[in-house]
This record gives sequence, structure tokens and C-alpha cells, in this order.
Amino acid sequence: MEVVANKCQCEALRAKDPRYKKLADIIAKYAGREGALIPVLHEAQEVFGHLPPEIQMLVAEGLDVPLSEIDGVITFYSLFTAEPQGKYKIGVCLGTACYVKGAGDVLDELKERLQIDVNKTSADGLFTLEVTRCVGACGLAPVVSVGDDVYGRLTPDDIPAILEKYIESEKNSNA
Amino acid sequence: MVTLTIDGQKVTVPANSTVLEAAEAAGIHIPTLCYLKDVSQTGSCRVCVVEIGGRLQAACVFPVHEGMVVETTTPLVRESRRVTVELLLSNHPQDCLTCLRNQNCELQRLTHELNIRDVRFQGVRTHVPKDDSSASIVRDPDKCILCRRCINVCSDIQGVDVLAARERGFETVVSPAWQAKLAQTACTNCGQCVLVCPVGALVEKDDTAKVWDKLGDPDIHVVVQTAPAVRVSLGEEFGMEPGTVVTGKMITALRRLGFDAVFDTDFSADLTIVEEANELLERLDEGTLPMITSCSPGWIKFIEHQYPELLDHLTSCKSPQQMFGALAKTYYPEKVGLDPAKIATISIMPCTAKKYEADRPEMRSSGYKDVDVVLTVRELARMIKEAGIDFSNLPEGEYDNPMGISTGAGVIFGATGGVMEAALRTAYEVVTEEALEKLEFLEVRGLEGIKEAEVDLQGTKLKVVVANGLGNARKLLEMIKRGEAEYHFIEIMACPGGCIGGGGQPIPTNADILKARMASIYDVDEAMVLRKSHENPSIKVLYEEFLGKPLGEKSHKLLHTPYVARSRFGALAGTISEPESEKEKVAAAKE
Ligand code: SF4
Ligand code: SF4
Ligand code: SF4
Ligand code: FES
Ligand code: FES
Repeated sequence: MEVVANKCQCEALRAKDPRYKKLADIIAKYAGREGALIPVLHEAQEVFGHLPPEIQMLVAEGLDVPLSEIDGVITFYSLFTAEPQGKYKIGVCLGTACYVKGAGDVLDELKERLQIDVNKTSADGLFTLEVTRCVGACGLAPVVSVGDDVYGRLTPDDIPAILEKYIESEKNSNA
Repeated sequence: MVTLTIDGQKVTVPANSTVLEAAEAAGIHIPTLCYLKDVSQTGSCRVCVVEIGGRLQAACVFPVHEGMVVETTTPLVRESRRVTVELLLSNHPQDCLTCLRNQNCELQRLTHELNIRDVRFQGVRTHVPKDDSSASIVRDPDKCILCRRCINVCSDIQGVDVLAARERGFETVVSPAWQAKLAQTACTNCGQCVLVCPVGALVEKDDTAKVWDKLGDPDIHVVVQTAPAVRVSLGEEFGMEPGTVVTGKMITALRRLGFDAVFDTDFSADLTIVEEANELLERLDEGTLPMITSCSPGWIKFIEHQYPELLDHLTSCKSPQQMFGALAKTYYPEKVGLDPAKIATISIMPCTAKKYEADRPEMRSSGYKDVDVVLTVRELARMIKEAGIDFSNLPEGEYDNPMGISTGAGVIFGATGGVMEAALRTAYEVVTEEALEKLEFLEVRGLEGIKEAEVDLQGTKLKVVVANGLGNARKLLEMIKRGEAEYHFIEIMACPGGCIGGGGQPIPTNADILKARMASIYDVDEAMVLRKSHENPSIKVLYEEFLGKPLGEKSHKLLHTPYVARSRFGALAGTISEPESEKEKVAAAKE
């Protein structure tokens, strides 16, 4: 009999990272309980910030739940995310007022500048791009929020300066 | 029992019935779409709505109660059903003319039944690319109506859990985890999802063009083998009663299509039994027990992914299809004086997983691809229709020699329990050196999920068990893992009912149809003169002329195979290149 084993160093690498120990504890806490999946995913996301494929597989093995079901739950509930989250969440309002006033162009500019699609995170880990429904600031349409800040009456030309502000402050805080 | 009124008609049914079942009992037809008896009862499509006390209820899930009054064709009901189906159609590629399910599609039938001639809604359509990564199955999510039957079959009956619904609302799609391709997952290629899909969203990979090419090439000698379970189902594709035995007509049709030699997989099933029975006797002396059969490639893929630690329990015997393929390009050309390079082997199988099996890299022991192309029953029927052959009126033909000679033991491979029964017939006589008086082992027959029996080989008690459907297989494997399985020999077939319920069989395949096909399999066995594999004269000659002895050197090279340990996540496991912690370090280093 021929056995093709999948040799990998993951185990050793994981041993050095305390978050995996936490995950193991979370799984152990809920294993065997009815309806364990959602609380485990919830706590796992608190530990890792998001639920990437590797973590989904560990949960699948730990709870003996099919991967397809885990993926189904994560994609069904907006509370879960498989994508890493950037430091700043950018929310582009696509409510009617904003849309009419050109939010689509603003969104395109953001995608272009950040080189990402909606619900993705920029390569530097700073920004996650999302679209929202009306945020109740229609007077300022089109509206974009970055973290806790809100910007109104935007045109695509305003975007580079706004992004630059966060990139700069990040550099300064690291320096 | 409770009595209710449906469309003014009184009907009395068991108290736990649904409105749909009550209507059926009253002879009233309620259209359904997502509902499938024994498989799926999700109440999700709302096509089956009826009016009860002024409100619309889904008949397939709504329970009956005493005195209930049900109306099935009020204006409210009719309009609701129409809107439901029109909404489905507004997000459906209406490709019927070129769709594999044309004329056998539940959505098409329903649209016709409800007399829908116009779709009032138009909107954005979802689009998810087709997935043809699998050797066996093609997924076209654009045609999916989200009935979830495939999910239920794959999880509840097969216990493989490849498919699930992901995202929600308009974005919902039924797919493997992460929208992965089927070939990357632990899919067993069993095709049970294809059998239950009401539309063309899950279909077999159509390989008919490859076969037409071979048939059209005058330099190629095209050999065909037909699996045991095909002869009792092919007729259904031509409107015959389920279970009609069409062996002779099938042979004639294959000749008319241009095959140069028409052989029988029953022949190599007999060969499998001789090898396997001898292996079992060897293992009873010394070796891993229980020994488990290997003729069902969906089952093999299942154990490779789910229980790789138990692979030593599998017999090393190849399946009959692959034993045939290996001989068709070694023994056969040697005997008739042909160049093996100019031979093509085609199989007609009740099975989608056989396509994957034939493509496995291990299956080239003749020095060529042992089986070139595998066609399901549905594909063969398509070729026969394309050639304009009037199947029902064909004269009876006969198999060619030498690989067309077989016994009743070969044919019962087509039903759950058949491999076990065939093996017992041979093992008994090999061990006791006495003639077996009663050939029928009734305990291992029938559609029950798990069947046990104990056979006395004159002193040696042999404990055997048979499982059909992968969910049942899992139960047995868990027992083995816990050390609770005191069996010597286990037969497992991936599909409910065995090959008669294979994923390549005519649609529909359901419990009643399975019973009819099964009864015919045993009728064919009973009508045979020879009913024990080791009595097959062609097999005796094969050993004398070519193989030497069972489990001999040549057998090992051509008829036996190793297996591959795989991950329960399939190839998806390999897509996880590094743990999260490492990725972050790499990212940090870059900055
Ligand atoms: S799935 Fe049915 S309705 Fe859809 S294109 Fe195919 S035949 Fe037509
Ligand atoms: S072929 Fe079988 S294992 Fe694969 S998705 Fe369909 S039902 Fe599941
Ligand atoms: S693929 Fe077929 S069986 Fe599965 S949910 Fe879609 S329509 Fe239903
Ligand atoms: S539409 Fe954007 S704030 Fe209301
Ligand atoms: S058939 Fe009843 S809800 Fe689909």
C-alpha cells in the first residue's frame, strides 16, 4: 500500500503561536455540545481577527463538522469574516442619495487606489473596503467613512489625500 | 387516522401524513419541485402551496389534522405557484434545447404543467462559472434552483458533506466550501447528487464524443464491456418498465454502433471473485481482517479521504472494470493477434465514479490506459438515440468470446450483497472442496442499509456484513475503528442499492425502481446455467493460458492495486501553505 503523506511544518510553527493554544481551548470547551459551531467561530474570530481557511479546517477537525457547513455559516452571517480586517474600515455609502451624487465613482477610485475589491483588505493591511446602505447623512452625499471619521460631499479627486492622511499617521506612529 | 377534505373530496390518512401525502392518497396531484420522497423535505421552493383556512401552506411539509379543509387550485394558489416559478425562470438560463436534461427536467415539466408561457419578471441574473474540474460530474450553478436535494443526499445519505449553501439571499449558491472546484474536494464522484438534481445543474461529464471518435477511426479495434447492472436499467431510457432485462438488445445496439467486440464485465466480476476469495482465505490464515471489497470506486475514494488509516483492510483486487481493462490490452490482443496500442477499451457503467477510476494513474498496468472511456447508462442511451436505432425492436444479440462468458455470480455484482454472495459461493467450495447445495444467501439480499450473516465453512465460522450507501459504510468503519467489528469480510458499495442505484443510472432512480431492477438481477442469475465464478470455463482457460494461478505474479501485476491516503479536505488541505502566524511574519518582514 502506498501512502502519500502531506508533510508540513505547520504543527511546529503553530506550537510557537499562543493563539493556537487558545483555539484548542475554545474547541475543547464546546466540543460535543449541541450548536457548538457558532460560538466556536465567534470566539475564534475574536482570537484571530478573522476566519481564514486554515482556522476553518482546524475547527472542522476539532468539532468534526464538515468544512462545507463551516463555510456556509461564515458566508451566511455578516458577523463572520474569512478575510483579514484592515486597521481602518472604509465604508462607502451606496444609499440612493449618495449613489445619485456619484458614490459609484468614488468607490471605483478607492478600488483603483487600493488595488482591491469590495470586502477585501489592502496589501499593507491598513484598509478594508466595504459598501454600506444609507448611513443617515444624505445631506452630505456622497458619504465615506474611514474608521471613526466621516467625509462628505466627496469627489474621486478627494480620495488620494484622505488615504494619504492615514498612511502618514501610520508611518509616524511606527517611527 | 384522520379525515380531511381536499377539493371537496374526503380522504382518511394516517395522522402523521403531510397534506401532500393525503392528496396523493386521494388521487389529487399537487406540483412539487424541491420535495423528493425519502431524500429531501426542506419546504423551501413553495411550489406545492395549497390554501388552508384562507392561507397558503406548503403541502409537502404541512401536517394534516382532523377536519382540515384543503383547496389545491384556487386563484390564490395558482397565482402564487406561477409567481414562484416565474421568479425561478427569471434567474435561469433557458437553454433547454441544448441542455443535458432537456425532456427530463423537473423545472421544464413544471413550467409546462402550470401553463406558463410568459415570464413577467426580469432582473439581474446571478452568474457563477461552470465547474468541469471533476472527471465524473459537471456543476452548472447557473441552472441551480437551490432546492438543496443534492446537499441532503451528499450529507444525510452519503455522509460526505461536500456540498452546502453559501452566502445568502440573491447571492446564495450551492457549492463546495470556498466555492472550490469539485475535483479539489473529498467528493467521491458517486453521482447521487446528479440522480436527485431536478434540473441540469449537476450532470455526468458527457464523454460520448470521445467514443464516437474511436468508433470512427478505422485503425482502432474498439472493445466494449457492459457492467452487470446496465442490462436491467437501460430499457428505462427507451420507455420500458423499470427492471426490464435488455441484455440481448443492448448487445445488438452496441454492434450497430460499431463496436468491434462486445464483452461482459460479468466475466471480470467472476475473475474478481476468484482472486478475492483466494485473498480472503489467505488473510484468514494471516493478514488484516476484516477484509473489505473494492469494486465500488466511490467507496474507494471515500475511505481514502475519510479513513486512510484503514486502507490495509481493502482487498488489493482491482474492480471488475479495471481487471477487464488490463486484460483487454494484454491477454486479449495476445490471444487474437492484435496490437494493444490499436485497442480502445470502452466501459458502459451504471456509475459516474468509474470515470474517475479509469483515469487514476494506477490504472495503467497494461502499459496503456487500461480503460479508455467510461460511459454511463444515460450516455449510452444518448448514443443509441443519436444513431437512430429503434432500441425496443432490436433482435437479441450475444456476447463475444472469450471475455463475454460469465456466471450468475458475476451478474449479482450489480446489487448490494451480490459481491458477498458471489464470494461466498466460491469461498465455500474452495475451503470445503464440496459442492454448495443452496446457492442463495438470502440474508445479504435486499435494500436494507446494513445486512449481516454468518456462514459455516464446515467448522470455520465466517462472519460477514454488507453495507450500501456511504453513510452506512461510515457506520461500519467507525465500528472497526473502535475495535467492535468482529467480521471477517465486508462488502461495501457506495450507492444505495448498489450499482442498480448508481449515479450513472437512468433518472429517476427511486426505491420502487431499485426494487424492480434488483428483482431482475436475481432473475438473470437464476436463469444462468453456471452460477459460481470458479466454474466459469473462460476463467479457467484464462488461468491456464495466461495468468497461471490466483494471486500469482501476473495477477499481481495486472489485477491488483495499491491505494492512496488522502486528506478529509481533499486537495483543499494543500492550499493551506502556511499557518497564519507565518504569513504575518512574512508580511512584517516585507515592510
Ligand atoms: S435545467 Fe431544465 S429548464 Fe433549465 S435549461 Fe435545462 S432543461 Fe431547460
Ligand atoms: S458525487 Fe457524491 S460525494 Fe460528490 S458531491 Fe455528489 S453526492 Fe457528494
Ligand atoms: S444543484 Fe440541483 S439538486 Fe443541488 S440545489 Fe441546485 S438544483 Fe437542487
Ligand atoms: S444615501 Fe448615503 S447617507 Fe443616505
Ligand atoms: S415542494 Fe413543497 S416547498 Fe418545494
